[in-house]
Amino acid sequence: MSQIPAELKYVSSHEWIRDEGDGVVTVGITEHAQELLGDVVFVEVPEVDEDVDAEDEIAVVESVKAASDIYAPVAGTITEINEELEDSPELINSDPYGDGWMFKMKLADAGDLEKLLSAEAYAEEIADE
Amino acid sequence: MGNKTPLYQAHVDAEARIVDFGGWDMPLNYGSQIDEHKAVREAAGMFDVSHMTIVEIKGSDAKPYLQYLLANDVAKLTTEGKALYTGMLNEDGGVIDDLIVYYLNDAHYRVVVNAATREKDLAWLENVAQQFDVSVEERSDLAIIAVQGPLAIEKTQSVFSDEQKQAVAELKPFVAAYAGDLFVARTGYTGEDGYEILVPDNKAAELWAQLVEAGVKPCGLAARDTLRLEAGMNLYGHDMDETVSPLEANMGWTIAWEPEERDFVGRKALVEQKANGIPRKLIGLVLEGKGIMREGQDVVVNDDVVGVVTSGTMSPTTSKSIAMARVQRSVDAEEVLVQVRKKQIPAKVVKPSFVRKGKSLI
Repeated sequence: MSQIPAELKYVSSHEWIRDEGDGVVTVGITEHAQELLGDVVFVEVPEVDEDVDAEDEIAVVESVKAASDIYAPVAGTITEINEELEDSPELINSDPYGDGWMFKMKLADAGDLEKLLSAEAYAEEIADE
Repeated sequence: MGNKTPLYQAHVDAEARIVDFGGWDMPLNYGSQIDEHKAVREAAGMFDVSHMTIVEIKGSDAKPYLQYLLANDVAKLTTEGKALYTGMLNEDGGVIDDLIVYYLNDAHYRVVVNAATREKDLAWLENVAQQFDVSVEERSDLAIIAVQGPLAIEKTQSVFSDEQKQAVAELKPFVAAYAGDLFVARTGYTGEDGYEILVPDNKAAELWAQLVEAGVKPCGLAARDTLRLEAGMNLYGHDMDETVSPLEANMGWTIAWEPEERDFVGRKALVEQKANGIPRKLIGLVLEGKGIMREGQDVVVNDDVVGVVTSGTMSPTTSKSIAMARVQRSVDAEEVLVQVRKKQIPAKVVKPSFVRKGKSLI
């Protein structure tokens, strides 16, 4: 069973969201998602200052095996990207909830956080897969 | 629930990720496919390929049957254990499957075909056999372990008895020999030296465990795919199929045109294709920008789609994205564009052989 930290929020497309306060969140992909992908070898992250809508395809994580689109979990503006991933995409495998984070964004509406899945709800979703 | 090889429990015990492959529950990886790939390039790795289909061809017409059935000519095989790679074609010259045939004697050959094409292959073998005095028997009592890499031979021999070592001591590439109850072939699908070992089902798990003990790393189908692509070896159903002739799939060398009087299934179509111009060819590509080429992506020259990627990946040995693509034969550009997701990215055209014996060729 893969790890699903209780303090994070999730979406069913396997991104996790950490509330950093002040309407800013950090986004990455879950341990379950990286297990499905296998060895990650290429990551394309969005651009800083890009405005995105919820469910926009804004990044790509590619393993040796397959490419997987990453969706904006909420609407907002990209404020920071994880530049380490360009040279070390494998951080997504080794530390998906830590050094493997993908980007930070400022929420358009802080209330959107309430719409995301809890750890428990996400665990139920992947158990049904 | 799919078919299971005699090594299935060993894969589960090693915490392999199991996936369906052609109706078989097979290991995709045992953790990291990149680590497995590198083990084969740098030391020794092994694959359970027991899902592949082994067929014995026996009878007084075994040789003329195979000479008619296959595009390559089994008359080239005259010593016990000698192997030949060939396409098995339909009347239109399309590839039904690619396979290896081993010579045992003029009345007995052993053929190994792909797992995903098992049903249609067996039907075709039986169909063509009707015109010959020959029997076609599947051997479902044998497993196959492929041990590959620069240390594969040394490590495999370390688990052999003295008699078995002696039996394989002089084995040349593309030749097989019996070693006790094993049939050991110096063949593979990785671009490295090594063996493919046919072993009785009930001895397979023990041999696998001995090889693990000897330091051979279990590798899954994911690593097998990146290894064969780096080596420029075709994968059936991707780089060729029944709509593609061997002349369009870099398999021209597997067609024996001489002697001219030998008729084989598909010969007429191939002769016509050669006379009228072969429409397409299979090329190698090395991506020059960032991204990863994948099967199905378009190849573009001067804004025209001139072909499609048939296999693409990130090559663990070269850290570049490599691919095979089938394009119009007229394409002679040194560089093309590949539609990688939303972008067109330049790729260098190369001979589709990217890595051999651990060394990058690109």
